[in-house]
Amino acid sequence: MSGSRSESASPPASGGAPGARRPLPDPRECQRHAERMLSLAKKAGADGAEVLVRDGRELSVKVRLGEPELVKEAGSRGLGLRVIKDHRAAITYTSDFSEEALSKLARDTVELAQLAEPEPLGDLPLPEEMAREIPELGLWDDAVLEIDVTEAIRRARIGEDAALKFDRKVTNSDGAVFGRTVGASAFATSAGFSGSYRGTHASFAVEPICDDADGKKRNGVYWTSSRFVRGLADPEAVGIEAARRTVAKVGARKIPTCEAPVVFSPDAGRGLLGQFAGVMSGGAVWRRSTYLAERVGTAVASELCEVVDDPLLPRGPGSRPYDAEGLASRTNVLVAGGILKTFLCDVFAARKLGRRSTGSAGRAVGGGPHVSTSNLILRPGRTPAAELERLPRGLYVTDLMGFGFNGVTGDYSQGAGGFWIEGGARAFPVSEITISANFDDLWKGVDAVGDDLDTRSSIQVPTFRVARMTIAGS
Amino acid sequence: MTAVPSTTGAGVGFASPLAQIDAAIAERLLAAALGSGGDYADLYFEYRSGADYLMEEGRVRTVGRGVAVGLGVRVLRGDATGYAYTEELSDERMLDAARTAAQIASSGDAPGPIAIRPLTLPSFYGIERSSLELAGTDKVALLRRADAAARAADPRIVRVEASLAEEWREVLVVSSDGHLARDRQPMIRFGVSAVAEEGKQRQGGRSGGAGRFGLEYFLRPGQSPEEHGREAARLAIGMLHAVEAPAGPMEVVLGAGESGILLHEAVGHGLEADFNRKKTSNYTDQVGKAVASPLCTVVDDGTVDHARGSINVDDEGNPGRRNVLIENGILAAYMQDRLSARHFGLTPSGNGRRQSFRHEPLPRMTNTFLSPGQDDPGDIIRSVKRGVYAKHFSGGQVNISNGDFVFSLTESYLIEDGKVTAPLKGVNLIGNGPDVLRKVTMLGNDFRLSDGTWTCGKDGQSVPVGIGTPTLKISEITVGGTRAG
Repeated sequence: MSGSRSESASPPASGGAPGARRPLPDPRECQRHAERMLSLAKKAGADGAEVLVRDGRELSVKVRLGEPELVKEAGSRGLGLRVIKDHRAAITYTSDFSEEALSKLARDTVELAQLAEPEPLGDLPLPEEMAREIPELGLWDDAVLEIDVTEAIRRARIGEDAALKFDRKVTNSDGAVFGRTVGASAFATSAGFSGSYRGTHASFAVEPICDDADGKKRNGVYWTSSRFVRGLADPEAVGIEAARRTVAKVGARKIPTCEAPVVFSPDAGRGLLGQFAGVMSGGAVWRRSTYLAERVGTAVASELCEVVDDPLLPRGPGSRPYDAEGLASRTNVLVAGGILKTFLCDVFAARKLGRRSTGSAGRAVGGGPHVSTSNLILRPGRTPAAELERLPRGLYVTDLMGFGFNGVTGDYSQGAGGFWIEGGARAFPVSEITISANFDDLWKGVDAVGDDLDTRSSIQVPTFRVARMTIAGS
Repeated sequence: MTAVPSTTGAGVGFASPLAQIDAAIAERLLAAALGSGGDYADLYFEYRSGADYLMEEGRVRTVGRGVAVGLGVRVLRGDATGYAYTEELSDERMLDAARTAAQIASSGDAPGPIAIRPLTLPSFYGIERSSLELAGTDKVALLRRADAAARAADPRIVRVEASLAEEWREVLVVSSDGHLARDRQPMIRFGVSAVAEEGKQRQGGRSGGAGRFGLEYFLRPGQSPEEHGREAARLAIGMLHAVEAPAGPMEVVLGAGESGILLHEAVGHGLEADFNRKKTSNYTDQVGKAVASPLCTVVDDGTVDHARGSINVDDEGNPGRRNVLIENGILAAYMQDRLSARHFGLTPSGNGRRQSFRHEPLPRMTNTFLSPGQDDPGDIIRSVKRGVYAKHFSGGQVNISNGDFVFSLTESYLIEDGKVTAPLKGVNLIGNGPDVLRKVTMLGNDFRLSDGTWTCGKDGQSVPVGIGTPTLKISEITVGGTRAG
């Protein structure tokens, strides 16, 4: 078991942003803490140990009706330790990085592991499974740090003002929020890997409100998000788009209960794809909590569906150079031509299923490794998105509500809002309805995939259409 | 069989440093927080220690422990909030946080002296010692009992998972108007999930409970590990032969207890004062008006003994209270935090809550419920010709602006000619808050607070809450099934 093998791919952090009192998160310093903790754990008698260290700074500014409503600025860091002793596992975390605290944590965690029962499959990955290099993915932008409170307020005011001026129907505002985070992450494991990286992220959202009949109000939102300042949409454009979407909802009503084709906007479809990946998780498979458990190599979606999980996407919102167990990140094709190609696995799920890890472990400071997606993508098709709405009748969904998905059976039902389509065009806004289907029928029923992939989030989908779903309304 | 060595499980991480925070330190920090001209400031010190135990496939797979400590500093200037936090309680870092939060104001007036006095608080949980100090082996034994009971319940149970989480949270709130409040808030959470298989059919069931208890939680009726295990198994087995749910508007009977999710979503959030201060709720300017059927009296009550949402003191230093929100259908009051109460010229109602020291307080619910009525629950079901009887829920969501809400049923049945018949597959109900509450036509005499592990999310912050109702009938609500017509 070697100590540090890979160097951080990031340059050392520059001394600190103007006005910042605390030094910037430094990946190398995080890595030093992780390696120190690792040696303390070994000294305390651990057979194996993994350490995750995260350090971050956040700034969040909310402007409402032209005035700052909230300015929040802070930094926080944490260390998570997983220890294996006699094939027994314990997980602990702390925010106290003093030598004394870390030594005690090491001893306590090794003792705590005695409460668990031996599970040889839960041992650390083998040294030959470890990542050998850390790819540079372009996750950092110095310009994000240059956005201070004043600049954040300026952008928020411009965006909100544009929304309020867009249409007289915009009568109120739930505000405009600018946020940015910068963070460093390090991981060290006695299986033979030590690495670190850092990243930036900025986002801006505007949420206008319109008055509707019967005292009802209609809210809508539009947002932009990127690891790079120049990747953000212009604040004024965000405000105008937010207002356009909100005004379009005025007069929304129920429709009669029926069956009809349903077009999912990227904002609505994102959640569906996330749930789909959830039932392709190796963790769900060995727990027998997915309807796809026996379905590798069979059709689980229409042949138009290509689903990949790509942690190596340059500048991607969910990109990561290695996974949370120190394995190399790799692009995994989950569904090709509608056929389920693989489950996503971390090391434990892979061992339970007699498979190899797909390098898909994620982890929070306070928890153990689990299967997680990185940049989950439903590949765009060639059909212009607007053509998906050329239907004699159907539903275009912009918003989904509630938690109506049962992964064990695939039964799906959620509250929905959007527009009723008639004669190939949006006829009127719709609210207070539900849409439902079994997930197997839903994904196999995809009969069109648009060309408009939405890349703002770590789950990326284009507009897509399902041939038939049940709509419950009046 | 596996022997587990004896261990106390105590002592991971550090002890609470909050006792060392005295009035002198608080005064110094508050002076810095108000140093730029803020008109109010508060300090929120928090120490949180937790443990979790997970048993899968009859084996304790992982044991986790963690400790977090930190200070959040808030400064108000009019309706604007400056917020900063630190998890290092050194003088330098704490002053840093106070000065950062202070920047929301910019007039530079020096504050006058602050006289700090401790508040005397009620005690709604009365737990002197955290269950974290008890032997870990006792907790593992609880998981084993639940696991065994679920497996023994039926040979079709193929998988069982049991988990236990304990938390001990100490808070110290000091405000620039001189209040100092300390509280110690225990929480225990237990859950069992089971998967049943029969031929190609597979279904899951879950039972869980939570409250401000130590291990005595498990001694209460219906809350033993065995009962949770059997309940999870019962739900999984019962759902194996569930049929497709109907789609469209119909009569719905909501069972006692968990149906309180209806109140939480349909009216609770809309009555939080921040939305009404900003006039973004569909209940804006409705105080004194009829917003529900005269049968409905809705209460938010942070004073229920040991309930998950109870608080001796809220996260702004105001004592927990019982507040009537809707009385016989008339909107009586909103739930106030300090900022909104100032705006409305009212006293805070003990609803200022936050997820942690990293978060600014917001008006939040505690335990929200519908008071009991006169009807016999059996009569309520017998009154329905064709409808749905809903017993268990997995959660809900509301759009504050228009009042549309949805909640998800995990155990429900068809009602045909006044009798409960076939179990239904998971389904959503969707409705509009004021509309649905006007359609409450029967109210049972069987009020029950749910024992569930409810957590409420708002603006990215999660807090534990309680819910409750008697059995009730809604004359029409949209059922989101797959069987149209």
